[in-house]
Formats: sequence, structure tokens, C-alpha cells
Amino acid sequence: MTAIPVSPATVPWTLPRRGPVAILFFILAESAIFAVFVSAYLYYIGRSLTGPTPREVLHFPVVMTVCLLSSSLTIHTAKRALARGATATFMRYWLATILLGAGFLYGTAREWYELIAVHHLTLRTNLFGSTYYALVGLHASHVIAGMGMLIIVAAFGLMRRVRAEHAERVDVISTYWHFVDVVWIVVVTVVYVVGR
Amino acid sequence: MTATGIPLTAPTEKDVPSVFNRLRDWAVTVDHKQLGVMYIVFALGFLVVGGIEATLIRLQLAVANNHVVSAHAFNVLFTMHGTTMVFLVGMPILAGFANYLVPLQIGARDVAFPRLNSFGFWVTCFGGLLLNASFLTPALVGGAGGPDVGWFAYAPLTEPSYSPGKATDYWVIGLIIVGFGSIAGAVNIATTILSMRAPGMTLGRMPLYTWITLVVQCMILVAVSPLTAALILLLLDRALGAHFFDTQAGGSAVLWQHFFWIFGHPEVYVLMLPGFGFVSEIIPVFSRKVIFGYPVMVAATVAIGFISVSVWAHHMFSVGMSPAANTFFAISTGLVAIPTGIKLFNWLGTMWGGRIQLRTPMLFAIAFLIQFLVAGITGVMLAVVPFNWQLTDTYFVVAHFHFVLVGGLLFTIFAAVYYWYPKATGRMLSERLGKWHFWLFVIGFNLTFIPQHFAGMLGMPRRVYTFLPERGLEIWNLSSSIGVAFQLAGGACFVWNLIRSFRRGAAAGNDPWDAWTLEWATSSPPPVYNFAGLPMVGSRRPLWDLKHPEDPDWHYE
Repeated sequence: MTAIPVSPATVPWTLPRRGPVAILFFILAESAIFAVFVSAYLYYIGRSLTGPTPREVLHFPVVMTVCLLSSSLTIHTAKRALARGATATFMRYWLATILLGAGFLYGTAREWYELIAVHHLTLRTNLFGSTYYALVGLHASHVIAGMGMLIIVAAFGLMRRVRAEHAERVDVISTYWHFVDVVWIVVVTVVYVVGR
Repeated sequence: MTATGIPLTAPTEKDVPSVFNRLRDWAVTVDHKQLGVMYIVFALGFLVVGGIEATLIRLQLAVANNHVVSAHAFNVLFTMHGTTMVFLVGMPILAGFANYLVPLQIGARDVAFPRLNSFGFWVTCFGGLLLNASFLTPALVGGAGGPDVGWFAYAPLTEPSYSPGKATDYWVIGLIIVGFGSIAGAVNIATTILSMRAPGMTLGRMPLYTWITLVVQCMILVAVSPLTAALILLLLDRALGAHFFDTQAGGSAVLWQHFFWIFGHPEVYVLMLPGFGFVSEIIPVFSRKVIFGYPVMVAATVAIGFISVSVWAHHMFSVGMSPAANTFFAISTGLVAIPTGIKLFNWLGTMWGGRIQLRTPMLFAIAFLIQFLVAGITGVMLAVVPFNWQLTDTYFVVAHFHFVLVGGLLFTIFAAVYYWYPKATGRMLSERLGKWHFWLFVIGFNLTFIPQHFAGMLGMPRRVYTFLPERGLEIWNLSSSIGVAFQLAGGACFVWNLIRSFRRGAAAGNDPWDAWTLEWATSSPPPVYNFAGLPMVGSRRPLWDLKHPEDPDWHYE
């Protein structure tokens, strides 16, 4: 093919980068998935035919929430550091993010252990159990997926293979992590504030 | 390949790749054109499967008190017919066209994420196979074969106590997997359109098909994901004993209906809008005129996208919602008719005063205009709540949505295949066979589905496996079943045309229709790299500008 001639109104041509665009579309789809789980939770509040009820067994997860929300700050700092080439600072904050994420998951594990072993609440017990494990489990599985990505980047970082030119990819992961964080604010509000 | 398709010297053994290598080439490809063709071939294969299921349904209903299949088999057939046609024919064939056409229309080398593209296809493919493996469950795990819960899978029929066995689990898991494929594809195509356009192709200069595809991908992301989520909840019920849709434990059957139709109604537009895209490309070329009202067409598309997510409960007027909810959904459903009507008039405005060429793609596009108008009118009728109460769950509804999806969508898909087949293969489809296909299908389609309106108004319910004689239903059902024979004959002409023209069709050249969008600027079939030079775009019809440098479009836009 011969090239088509340049139009008289040639404009400087820049397009949005594909990674940041794609993660936003992905988050749009994920939001719709969470919306269904959240609506199911809200719809079934107080409709369980048997106990235990949320008021009896749930406590506001202060430490977990602090862990996850502050991890948004650390990952943001790490991303900024990488963009200006400060790889050592990047690694420090990146590992801090992983630790905070691990703290969150440990909190979830403790909470589920207590609910199952002490209060005998499972997915089968009542509607509260079904909706609680579905919603909190969906969110926790997203944290686990995010941790997987964080750890892969950390492994490359420890091999000194993460440099400033990878800032855009790291930015995509951090956008996802922020999204998981925002979802947690919704989940906390629905499960531990409205739902109790 | 040379222009005649006949190599000048006999190929040596070294030149011809072995069958294994060629299959391997298709299996590992990340090329958007190859994957697009794979999607389309996969969907056409399942079109045959879904068509056989429909034929069995119509055989059973040809006369009163018939016993071609059992009541259970009939339930399985209409469940799998609906599921197959929506998820394994409609969605993948449109994904195939988007894959093939979008990078070519925007002048890109490939999609934004070629490997994600391959993932999307193979996930869809295996999800479809898993779905159909449910027919084998009696042999594999016992129980009855095939899901019989309807394509909408209303709760609590899907709970383990009502649907024992594993067939429904195959259906649920198959659809979750197919949904992942759709979401991956939508992220990819939408990103491609925003991030990969050739220099100069601003949003306002994109071909209408690409514009519509962008809107459709956004709709897939907000519509298919809720279905995936609802199916995960259903799977938790069936596999782990949760109670979301278990009415015995306080679960709600109506909630499932909301979740399903929040997916199900936007899905209708996800399927239908690409058809609008095809005719928006085809009608201007065969009318030899620019599309009438391009900015309005884009605005109407976006409007349909937004309105479509607020109309879902018009599938639920008979459930017993509040009058306020009924009124809201009746009005929002009626609103869709406005942008859709604008589109119809714009297509007519494009044809008005044009030099219309009645080639096969244009014939299918014109039949689409008329049949889709009927579908739209019955749609508005069904949006009127008291009318809906009378006719919901009757054959009137069946006739309505088959006018949308067959008389509307399938006709535009046929038009698109006749229009772009020369680009993908380098060969023209036979016009003679195409006209046979067209006329047989027009007659067959209308003979099948016009009578169903009347059967429905006489009170024939949907999803019943037989009906009583002497209620005035025989003539409508018999003509409906006879129409299927015409459609099958037309379909046979189509398949034969596809196969025969692949070897013997006339050479197409780069631009057989004298068209204006970028896909016609490269060779047929396009090389792996699509475009040797980076195309520069100065208007909505870059190829017109190239052919008519003395009178380019940017003087007028």
C-alpha cells in the first residue's frame, strides 16, 4: 500500500497508553461484578431465617482497614520513586506494601477462623453466612491476586531488574491495588456498618 | 499467492507446510485476523448446532399432539438453543468481526494485546465445548443429559433440589468461562480503539462500525460481568450449599431475575448494535453516498448504550413489581425507540437519492431495515405494561425477539459476510448463490416468524412442548415449521457459497466495492503486518481522499 497523503490539518498525534487505558476498562468490569455481590448482600440483610446474626459475631476490623488503606499510600510512594529512578526507595515502599497486604490477609484469616470454629458460621448456615463469605471472599481473592502481582515485581526488583522504564507497568498494578482498596471501603461500610 | 491463485511452478515439498504445521500455526497464532476468522468459523459451527436444535423444536411443534421428542428433551432443546445462539453464535461471531475489522479500519498493526486476544478466543472455545459437554453427563456422571432450566435459568428451578445431576453445573461453569472470554475481548478491543488509531484518525473520523464497536465493548463490560457474578453466586448455591436463590432458606427468586436481566437486556443491544455498525458501512457504499448524519448516528449509539442499562425489568412486568417500577421501565423502554428510529431514518436518508446497487450485501441490509422495523414496533407494543400482561410468555414474544435477532441481527451478519469475505479471502462470493440464499432466507424467515405473532395473540404459551388441536393454532404452527425448510435451504446455499468461492471465486482485488474505509486500502487478504506504510487520515473517508485528491472530504467535514 502506498501511504495515504498527509491531510492539510495534520495535528501532533498522541494517544493514551494502552496499559493504563486497559486497566480502567478492566476495573469497569470488576466494578459491575462487585456491584452484584454488594446488592445481594444489601438485599439479604436481616432476612436470615436462623442465627447467628452479624451483630452477634462481627467486629469492626480496625487493624485490617488501617493496613489496607495505608498500603495505598506506600504503593503510590513506591510508584513515584520508580518514575524518578530511585529504585532503592521504590523497593522499600514496595516491600512495605506487601507486608501491609499480608497483614490484611492475616486479619481475614483470623476472622474467618473465629467465625467457623467458634460461632459455627459457614456458607451453608444462613443467608448472612452465604452473603458474607461471598462478598468478603470475593474481595480477599482480589487482594490475593494483587499480592501475586506485587510479589512478582518484588522478585524482579530483588534481582535489580526493575528500572525507571518499567514505571508504566508498575503504575498499572498500583491502579489495580487502589481499586481493591476502594472496594474495601465499600465492603466495610456495607458489612460492618450498614449490615450490623 | 498470485492474483489468479495458480502458482507458476509446481510447489516443492519444502514449500507446502505439513498439515501438522498448519494446524500448529492456527493454534499458536496471536494475529488478530486469524483469531477473527477462528471466532467466526467457531460461531458458524455452533450456528449449525443451534439451527439443528431449532429444527427439532419446530418438528415437534409442526402439528398438534406431536411426539417427535419427549417433554424433557424439548426443555433441553430450547434451553440449549437459546444459550447456544446467544453465547456461542452471536457473541463470538461479533467478537470475530470486531477482531478482524477494528485494527484494519483504524489503520493499526494488530490489537492492543495480541496474546490476551488469543486467550479470549481459546477460553470462549473451551467454555463452549464444556457447555455442550452437558449433553454427555449421563454417560460421564449420571443423571439426565443437558440443562433444562431455560436460557434465563430462573430460580429456584436451578437449585439442586429441582435440578439434580450435573448438567446444570456444566451450563453454569461453561457460561462463567465464556464470560471471562467476552470480558477479556472487550477490554482488548476497547483499548485498541482508544490507543492504536492511525495518525489523524480522531474520534470524530472513526468509521461508524468502529464507533459502535467501542460503545458495545463498554456495554459488554457492564452487562456480561453481572451475569458472571450472578452465575458465581448460583455456583456457590449448587456446589457449596449457599442460599442465594434457595427460597426454602429465605433466598429470593426475584433477585435472580433482576440479576439475569441486568445482563440480559443490555445483551440484546450488545448483539444488535454491531449489526447497526455493519449496515452503517454497507448502505453508504452501495448507495454511493456518504452516511447521512454521522454525528447523530454516534450520539444515537451512545444514547442506546446508556438507556439500555435502565430497561431490564421490562422482562418482569408480570412478576408483581410496584406500579412506580412498572411505569419507570415502560417509559425507559419506550425511550429506546427514539435513537433507534433516528438510525433507521438516517439509513433511509443515506439511500435517498443515491445510486443504489442491489448486490447481495445491500439486499440483506434492505431486508434488515424492513424486518427490524417490525421488530421495533412489536418491541414498543410489549413495553406497554397492560399489553405485556396479556402477551408475556406467549409466542408473540418469541416472534418479537426472533425478528430482532434473526430478521435484524442475522441478516446484517449475512450482509457483513458477503461484504467482507473478499477482504478476508481475496475471493468474491458468488452473486447467483447469494441471491438464492437471500430469497430463500427472506421467505423462510417470514414464513416462520410472522405466524408466531398470531399464535401468540391466540394465547399459545412459550416453552410448551405440544399443543391441543382445534384451538386455531395448527395453521400458524405448521406454516412456521414449513418456513424452517426454506431457511435450511437458504443456509445450505450460504455454506456451499462459502466453501466453493474459497477456491473458485473471482479474484477480489484490494477494493472490490470501491469503498472508503482503510481496510480496503491494503491487499486481500491483508499481509500479516496489515499496512506497509502508516496511513494518514484526514477525514472520515480516507480512501476517498486517496482516490480523489482533487476533491477530498476534509473540504466538507
